[in-house]
Amino acid sequence: MTVSAGYIVAVALVAGAVTFGLRALPFALLRPLRESLLVRRLAVWMPAGILTVLALVMLLDSAALAPGEPVDVRRLSYALLAAAVTVVVHLAAGRRTVLSIAAGTACYVVLVNLL
Amino acid sequence: MNTDPALTAATVSTSAEVRRGLRLSSAAGLGLVPLGVAFGLLVAQAPLPWWTAPLLSTVVFAGSVELLLVSLIVAGTPLVSVAVTVFLLNFRHVFYAFSFPLRVVRSRPARLYSMGALIDEAYAIATTHRTGWTGPRLLAMQAALQVYWVFGGVVGVAAGSLLPAPIEGLEFALTALFIVLALDAARTRRQVPLVVMAAAAVVVGVAVAPGELLVTAFAVYVLFLIVAHLVARRGRDVGLPAEDPLEAAAVPVTDDPEEGRR
Repeated sequence: MTVSAGYIVAVALVAGAVTFGLRALPFALLRPLRESLLVRRLAVWMPAGILTVLALVMLLDSAALAPGEPVDVRRLSYALLAAAVTVVVHLAAGRRTVLSIAAGTACYVVLVNLL
Repeated sequence: MNTDPALTAATVSTSAEVRRGLRLSSAAGLGLVPLGVAFGLLVAQAPLPWWTAPLLSTVVFAGSVELLLVSLIVAGTPLVSVAVTVFLLNFRHVFYAFSFPLRVVRSRPARLYSMGALIDEAYAIATTHRTGWTGPRLLAMQAALQVYWVFGGVVGVAAGSLLPAPIEGLEFALTALFIVLALDAARTRRQVPLVVMAAAAVVVGVAVAPGELLVTAFAVYVLFLIVAHLVARRGRDVGLPAEDPLEAAAVPVTDDPEEGRR
């Protein structure tokens, strides 16, 4: 499937506008935002959960043969193993982001291509 | 320290300030370039046109979001879902404004750039070196970070298109990135319930709307948080981390430095 150039540009503009808005608007709304208890709680509560959702959904995606397809059991076991390698390397080697990603990805590439 | 009144911040040479900004940016550059290369590789392998990498890195300029956009584009995700996903993933930026020294940037276009280029790394550098910021120093630091990021992406696209065949499984880099970011975000025991709620939200998403899993899981998770907020408002301990205290913004962010202290 080829992706149209117009769609890519539209995605870039939408994502760019939302990102810019989130970065720039708070400078104009400092006081009301700072006084909202809900906003202050969400700011602390959201990152861990949103990133967990993303990690799990991406894990399910890599365990499927194509995006949106049902999960393949063999792929799922590879993905879980590579995820475990990522976690162990990250915690054992001093949280060096690039190193942990490289280790997990290398593990997954080897499993998928050699087994 | 030089106390000569003639040598105030306004007369310090711009080029010296730019050099200071570049020096401050270099440590973060070590991490941004390889991640940019990984992003470029994903773009080349998707396969998306080579210009997707510099386009996203210029218009969006948000590391983890850009990596995610590659897979959202390949899946043909509707623009509304793209907007919701980017909003939630970048929501943390709402709080960066409280302690980012934007006040040192005077011209309007420069202020717009400085706000738009407020990535995690720029925030981290600006808030770990609390004093001495000037407009040229801040802008040079942010522009340097963007150059590292765009450069890494272009190198990655070039490397990816030189490979004879796509490497199967390379897309796991995105999964690994979010695993690492989640581990870094959930360091304390009080954050464990957040991880559990997020996992439950994914289960609900798989059961209810597997076709729109990401956005559904996000919505369910935010719903859980609003319920927790309503319970906490009644004075009950919900076992979650406390909100940022009101005094968290130690650096005044208004144009008039006196106003912030009043």
